[in-house]
Amino acid sequence: MSEIETRKGWMSLLARAPADRLEQLWQGAGLAPAFAWLRAPEVGGVMVRGRMGGTGQPFNLGEMTVTRCALRLEGGAVGHGYVQGRDKAHAERAALCDALMQTDAATDLREAVLAPLAAEMAESRAARARKAAATKVDFFTMVRGED
Amino acid sequence: MYVAVKGGERAIDNAHAWLAEERRGDTAVPELSVAQIREQMALAVNRVMAEGSLYDPELAALAIKQARGDLIEAIFLIRAYRTTLPRFGASAPVETARMACLRRISATFKDAPGGQVLGPTFDYTHRLLDFKLAADGEVPAAPETPAAPAEVPHITGFLNRDGLIQEEPAGDDTPPDLTREPLELPAGRALRLQSLTRGDEGFVLGMAYSTQRGYARNHAFVGELRIGTVAVEMEIPELGFAIEIGEIELTECETVNQFTGSKTEPPQFTRGYGLVFGQTERKAISMALVDRALRWKELGEEDSGAPAQDEEFVLYHADNIQATGFLEHIKLPHYVDFQSELELVRRIRAEAEAATSREAAE
Repeated sequence: MSEIETRKGWMSLLARAPADRLEQLWQGAGLAPAFAWLRAPEVGGVMVRGRMGGTGQPFNLGEMTVTRCALRLEGGAVGHGYVQGRDKAHAERAALCDALMQTDAATDLREAVLAPLAAEMAESRAARARKAAATKVDFFTMVRGED
Repeated sequence: MYVAVKGGERAIDNAHAWLAEERRGDTAVPELSVAQIREQMALAVNRVMAEGSLYDPELAALAIKQARGDLIEAIFLIRAYRTTLPRFGASAPVETARMACLRRISATFKDAPGGQVLGPTFDYTHRLLDFKLAADGEVPAAPETPAAPAEVPHITGFLNRDGLIQEEPAGDDTPPDLTREPLELPAGRALRLQSLTRGDEGFVLGMAYSTQRGYARNHAFVGELRIGTVAVEMEIPELGFAIEIGEIELTECETVNQFTGSKTEPPQFTRGYGLVFGQTERKAISMALVDRALRWKELGEEDSGAPAQDEEFVLYHADNIQATGFLEHIKLPHYVDFQSELELVRRIRAEAEAATSREAAE
């Protein structure tokens, strides 16, 4: 996987992560790097688009709330946080993780924060898929006609 | 005519204080938390997000609490909040073909690849009040069966292979945005869909029902209805690549409609499309039916003069915030307006009475 693909992967994971769980794991990792804001956290909206008929031309569906920020670690690594919702602490954690993932701390951070987050989110998604699977219809045909 | 008048401030303050007290209700009953509304009134939250045109379950739940459960008032609060948000950009169009479906049914193909998945539906319930819910009750865990991770293809894709259904060619035009420029007619389909997806559920339902009853009849099958989550991806300019910025729940409905052909189009099936925030299937089906009815011009169909074919009628009356704003303003003071009407009626009456007495005298 290219560097960009890998970074996309963790940024996307951090954006969707439940904020309180990320906070817990972050505290557990015991990291407190010094940093300076490049852009303090701000809450805004993103217009979500759909496609006509699922495949056609785009149209505007409605907005969603997003919080973003950018920061620089003392070592110089720049981290960006774009997260769903209005939680500024969530955006800050995401940006810190993004920055640290570009440093020597990456392996530890992945193990302490990203891997458990990914596993838990995959499991909750899988649990919903299993419940959906249990509501799948098994058709059977009754015997028709007369003897 | 409006004339500024002073006074009423104390009455207004006291009315608001009483409103707050009434909102809380009997303090012997525990207060409702925003999280409880978000989790247990999820379909109301979904409706407020869809018509408020802002996906944020926490905010929608707060709005419902503040509005004492008046959903149109809650939608109003969300719309007002929405206008305060700086716009970071627009997402890439969501890929509904890659939706993680919790419900997916087709009324046209029994053995659709991916299967008929019912999900947490009210369908097949007996609509009898469940008095167990009035008592505290533990809910047994929903059964699970192993799920094979597989993409669930769109049903219309199969019909497309045989050329039996009108194509929906992809494109990347920037769609018009009615939150930025006022709605002007004739509206393209992109603008109609934006207007319908945030339109009032009751209004869109009524319009859709009218097409089923014969006004702009275009017999619709639900080709597919799916509910589930999709990732939202956005290009981040400072990064130079796109990332997922979140995940939202959507309901998508594709209708397949009979079409005998027109001057420009061969006989084939045509499509109506509904896509709405949250689990909102009544709204998504309604949207698809009204979308199809409004497409009469581009498909070269007859204008039968039905309300659902009248784009001005549908689009200008679908927005419940515009509607309620104009409707409810008439209860605000119109003292001067009414004074002039009163004088007019008095003068006309006086003239009429004078004429009657003149005739009697002659």
